[in-house]
Amino acid sequence: MNKAIEISEVSKSYGYIHALDRVNFTVEQGELFGLIGPDGAGKSSLYRIIATLSAPDSGTATVNGMDVVRDYRKLRKRIGYMPEKFSLYQDMTVAENMAFFSSLFGVSAKENYDLIAPIFSQLEKFPDRMAGALSGGMKQKLALSCALIHRPEVLLLDEPTTGVDAVSRSEFWDMLATLREKGITILVSTSYMDEATRCERIAMINNGRILAVDTPSALINRLDENLYNAVATDMFGLLSRLRSNPDVIDCYTFGATLHVVGNDNFSAGQVEEALKKTGMEDVRIYHATGTIEDLFIKQIRDGK
Amino acid sequence: MKLQILLALLQKEIALMKRNPIIPKIVFAMPVMVMLIIPLVANLDVRNVNVTVVDNDHSQLSRRIIADIAASEYLDVSSVSNTHSEAMSAIENGNADVLLTIPPDYSENAMSTMPQVDVEANGVNATKGMIGSQYVAQAVAGTLSQWYAENGIEMPRVDQSVIYRFNPTLDFRNYMIPALMVVLLIIICGFLPALNLVSEKESGTIDAMNVTPVSRFTFILSKLIPFWVIGVIVVTVGLLIGWLVYGLVPLGSLFAIYLAAVLFSLVMSCLGVTIANRSSTMLQGIFVMFAFIMIFQLMSGLFTPIDSMPQWAQYVTCLIPPRYFIEIMRSVYLKGATVIELAPQYLALLIFASVLCCIASISYKKQV
Repeated sequence: MNKAIEISEVSKSYGYIHALDRVNFTVEQGELFGLIGPDGAGKSSLYRIIATLSAPDSGTATVNGMDVVRDYRKLRKRIGYMPEKFSLYQDMTVAENMAFFSSLFGVSAKENYDLIAPIFSQLEKFPDRMAGALSGGMKQKLALSCALIHRPEVLLLDEPTTGVDAVSRSEFWDMLATLREKGITILVSTSYMDEATRCERIAMINNGRILAVDTPSALINRLDENLYNAVATDMFGLLSRLRSNPDVIDCYTFGATLHVVGNDNFSAGQVEEALKKTGMEDVRIYHATGTIEDLFIKQIRDGK
Repeated sequence: MKLQILLALLQKEIALMKRNPIIPKIVFAMPVMVMLIIPLVANLDVRNVNVTVVDNDHSQLSRRIIADIAASEYLDVSSVSNTHSEAMSAIENGNADVLLTIPPDYSENAMSTMPQVDVEANGVNATKGMIGSQYVAQAVAGTLSQWYAENGIEMPRVDQSVIYRFNPTLDFRNYMIPALMVVLLIIICGFLPALNLVSEKESGTIDAMNVTPVSRFTFILSKLIPFWVIGVIVVTVGLLIGWLVYGLVPLGSLFAIYLAAVLFSLVMSCLGVTIANRSSTMLQGIFVMFAFIMIFQLMSGLFTPIDSMPQWAQYVTCLIPPRYFIEIMRSVYLKGATVIELAPQYLALLIFASVLCCIASISYKKQV
């Protein structure tokens, strides 16, 4: 059995910008695989290559054993691609967009309705609404329905949850889980680190390079650092004081708290006491559980 | 299967075009406006030529010449000057376009030989100066020959008479209206497909299209066919206005006009698509298209005759598709020429259409 997606040594430059630098990873059949990285990491460039829209400068990429450059015609029937930018016709209605894309693939919407039903059901209430007039979350659902209409073997979703509210994002991930159960391989990219745990395996990408590929839990286990939360009323003062502490390797904001990475000499209690003496009465430093984001920051720090 | 995809694509184009707030209006409003207004304002007839006369003869004949000029439909006598320098200043300050000097002893000389007058014209407005001085020379010659006849003097002279065939009154409109229909097709069928395709690039819908198994030829065809239809509509509107408003009906067959229009809209829309393929933004597309349209309008014989261009430029015009379309339109409208008589022009358009159609599909890259 071929790997669903196999990327080997793929590089791509736009002028003097190296968008992708010898990227390697494989996605197994039926896997929900996440590509995690900040904006400008090279995610979309990689997607365009896998979606047969762009050829790599060097290296090869195959989807279900078919080369994205040589076999692009065959591949286009087997992949479903949802670009980062909403790319359906805004001046056509929901029903018209669906009908249009199904006739391009020569399928009827009914044939594959079972596949899109859980997603499309919420859109069925307003088939005559213009696609451009839909809300962000609804647009994504319509785009996903259109990408699935021909029952693709591999679904490529480029930042599907960017610009979508938290509830719709969570719903979207539930839908992806349902699709995976139906045997569709999904490659999804995101710049939201918290979404990484909803994937079976993830690849972390930054500056066109893959930093790590593994399951989210295995990746978090790689964090063997002394990781602490730190809070105080004067967060900025706390940040600068902790950063000047010689036992602190790194300190950065993390949601409402600071994450502190200490070296072996770092003792949360002692540092807390010392800070209280300097006037930070309400400072609290306590142990934190690492997340993918912490790992990301560590990877970037180690890479330097 | 292929046909089904093409139909779906066409259905999409029509739906989007109908919902576009501007395009459908432009397709009707622009031909109507251009056909109604331009023939009235863009007129090459020269009227109201102001003539200043220096009469050194002061004879019956010279006064009659002045009176005849004043009576002419096209000429006005703005002043009668005493000296040449006074007349020149009338030209300099714009009060006169043409200066006529009648020499002393003009009528006396006229008894024995063909007498001479001096005609000077202001060359700043070249057309008015040139045509106005011709009118004056004609008026003088006309008065003189009448005077000879009345006085029974036999003068050996060359009688010139010109008959303008196919457009006997040299009515500028008859010449202009077929040409305006060409301009409309150049603009509408050239710009719209280019804008349409580039807007798909800008809105990102082209990416969704490119990952589908639609072949590029089918896709390009779906961009060309609607503009064929629009080209036919534009020509129909033009024909109707030409007939209803100006009473100008083509002498040749409508089939000959429509055949040329269909070929030519294909040429223009293929060019538009090719340019769109190479442009990544609307601005780029418009600018490049504009450069082509400028050259097309100025070098196709639309405003100035190709025969009066320098030789090298005449060769260049062979590569300009509207040249053939204009020749066809004028010949069919004014001379009633048939398709067979104009076969070389139709053939040229057909070749342009096929070549550009291939270039348009090849230059459309689904993969970068």
